[in-house]
Amino acid sequence: MTNVLVYAETRGGQPRKVTFEAITAARQLADQLGGAVHVVVAGPAGVEALAASFGEHGADVVVACGHESLVHYQPDVATALVASRARSATYRAIVFSASAQGKDLAPRVAARLRTTLASDVTSFSLRGDAMVVTHPGYTGKVIQTLKLVASPALLAVRPGAVAAAKQPKAGTVEAVALPELPSARVTTTETVLGDTKKLDLGEAPVIVSGGRGLKAAEHFALVEELAAAFGNAAVGATRAVTDEGWRPHADQIGQTGRLVSPDLYVAVGISGAIQHLAGMRTSRCIVAINKDKEAPIFKVADYGIVGDVFEVVPALTAAIKSAKQGA
Amino acid sequence: MKIAVCIKRVPEMDGTFRIAASGAAVDEAGLKFDMSDFDGYAVEAALQMTEKLGAGEVHVVSLGPDIVQETLRKALSMGCARATQLKCDVVPYDPFAIASALAAELQGGAYDLVLFGKMSIDSANGAVGFMVAELLGLPMVHGCSKLDVAGGQGTARREIEGGGEMMTFSLPAVVSIDEGIARPRYPSLKGIMAAKKKPLDVKPAQLGPVALTVERMELPAARPPGRIIGEGAAVVPELVRLLQTEAKVL
Ligand SMILES: Cc1cc2nc3c(=O)[nH]c(=O)nc-3n(C[C@H](O)[C@H](O)[C@H](O)COP(=O)(O)OP(=O)(O)OC[C@H]3O[C@@H](n4cnc5c(N)ncnc54)[C@H](O)[C@@H]3O)c2cc1C
Repeated sequence: MTNVLVYAETRGGQPRKVTFEAITAARQLADQLGGAVHVVVAGPAGVEALAASFGEHGADVVVACGHESLVHYQPDVATALVASRARSATYRAIVFSASAQGKDLAPRVAARLRTTLASDVTSFSLRGDAMVVTHPGYTGKVIQTLKLVASPALLAVRPGAVAAAKQPKAGTVEAVALPELPSARVTTTETVLGDTKKLDLGEAPVIVSGGRGLKAAEHFALVEELAAAFGNAAVGATRAVTDEGWRPHADQIGQTGRLVSPDLYVAVGISGAIQHLAGMRTSRCIVAINKDKEAPIFKVADYGIVGDVFEVVPALTAAIKSAKQGA
Repeated sequence: MKIAVCIKRVPEMDGTFRIAASGAAVDEAGLKFDMSDFDGYAVEAALQMTEKLGAGEVHVVSLGPDIVQETLRKALSMGCARATQLKCDVVPYDPFAIASALAAELQGGAYDLVLFGKMSIDSANGAVGFMVAELLGLPMVHGCSKLDVAGGQGTARREIEGGGEMMTFSLPAVVSIDEGIARPRYPSLKGIMAAKKKPLDVKPAQLGPVALTVERMELPAARPPGRIIGEGAAVVPELVRLLQTEAKVL
């Protein structure tokens, strides 16, 4: 019982950054156990071509199911694939990413195997017959150490918690057929994506986030321009902004939106309500620009500037542009 | 349309959290409790569906000690028809243990839909709904921001990073609700009065096996206190210097 199974998330037939993080996490566990990493991947025909990149990150075997019906993530198919693989061999652990897709799949597989899982884990280690993990609870206000005594131990690893690392292994492909399902029960008919060239909030090293202080949707151009000046930034928003419809819901950061932890978080015209802080408090460096010096955002900001966003942000954009050129 | 909504009582997140003497739980003294955020959206979505159809009713279920009856009464006062407490003195952390108890209760209830919030705001696992669906052999759609149900079929949009997925599914089904679908209503005085007379059953929770437990809880390292470096655009050069030399993020 030394092997580790991992689900490789794809979107439009391509792996995401979290996919390599999950494979790296599985590799770490397998190395500790002295076993192999087996990857399950599903996608449109030709998806087995991804095996090379999985192999680079430590996959010994890549179980690939390529089929034209798998252009979109199909939860029932993915569940059947991972669960049947898990039943056909003995695995000590099964690793998922705690992304939208991984969080959708992991508990389905767990229950299909009549077991449990540890979700959104930020660290993990094997200790005797237990898997011990940490998990931020209560919107990050408490760190919980959880003990999972089940084999296989199912883990969903929080995006960014493990840095993807290369460790070349064979990545041998084993093609599997589309599993037969009792009847198609949930079907994903379309994946609607915003600007796919944009960095995802979970992956961007810098996030520039706008609040109601911007006063109108069109003023988000200021935030967009600052993000463009950084070059490696994504744009986020508060619920006040997504409620107004100035930005899509997918951009919302906070307790009921995305949880992010970039190197740099720039809060523009954001008051810093507790529900917003819950989503970004763990950012490495926080900058806040707000005209109200009493705004709660200043309590967590490493660098606060009291001022009008319409004056400060354009100046900051220009300064970042020249700093980047000078670099 | 018969809908069940599973709801959880959780502390409000704006409180100050302390660790209990056991070292493995939150000290509940001084915290305020309410229905978990997303569960409120789920209750509201269920009520709106039955109101729109002019038919059907909404049942609420919560697992936990007697104090969860408060949360169930709140759902009744919003307009749900009946409530069930699956009684256990301590709510286990393990989602499979909880899902097993909920599935045992919901099985045979002839529900067209079983709704959950997308996740509970305290543990944020978002696993129980999926597990109930799997145990009941029902389709599951998670994190819906749009939901339409008609003629035994459902369509939904669920939120993913940077976009959404459009899903279709057959009923009966388990669906978990994201925010944006419906803002929960405040119970009216009339609703609160009516709730007192609505049925609230108490049954023992038939918990599943427990394999995941909390060993320890800690407060995260505190952030250094915030610092205002100055006023207006004039401090921008200083900010850039700090980002380069002190924070080293540029
Ligand atoms: C159950 C629940 C869940 C929630 N979940 C979330 C969540 O996930 N994410 C989230 O963000 N919120 C969430 N909220 C909402 C949250 O409580 C706040 O209402 C919201 O974050 C406020 O957004 P804001 O900072 O953009 O707006 P406001 O609070 O209105 O703040 C605007 C700020 O802009 C400043 N300002 C105005 N004009 C200017 C100017 N010209 N220059 C500079 N500064 C200016 C003001 O001083 C003010 O501080 C939730 C609330 C509830 C009840």
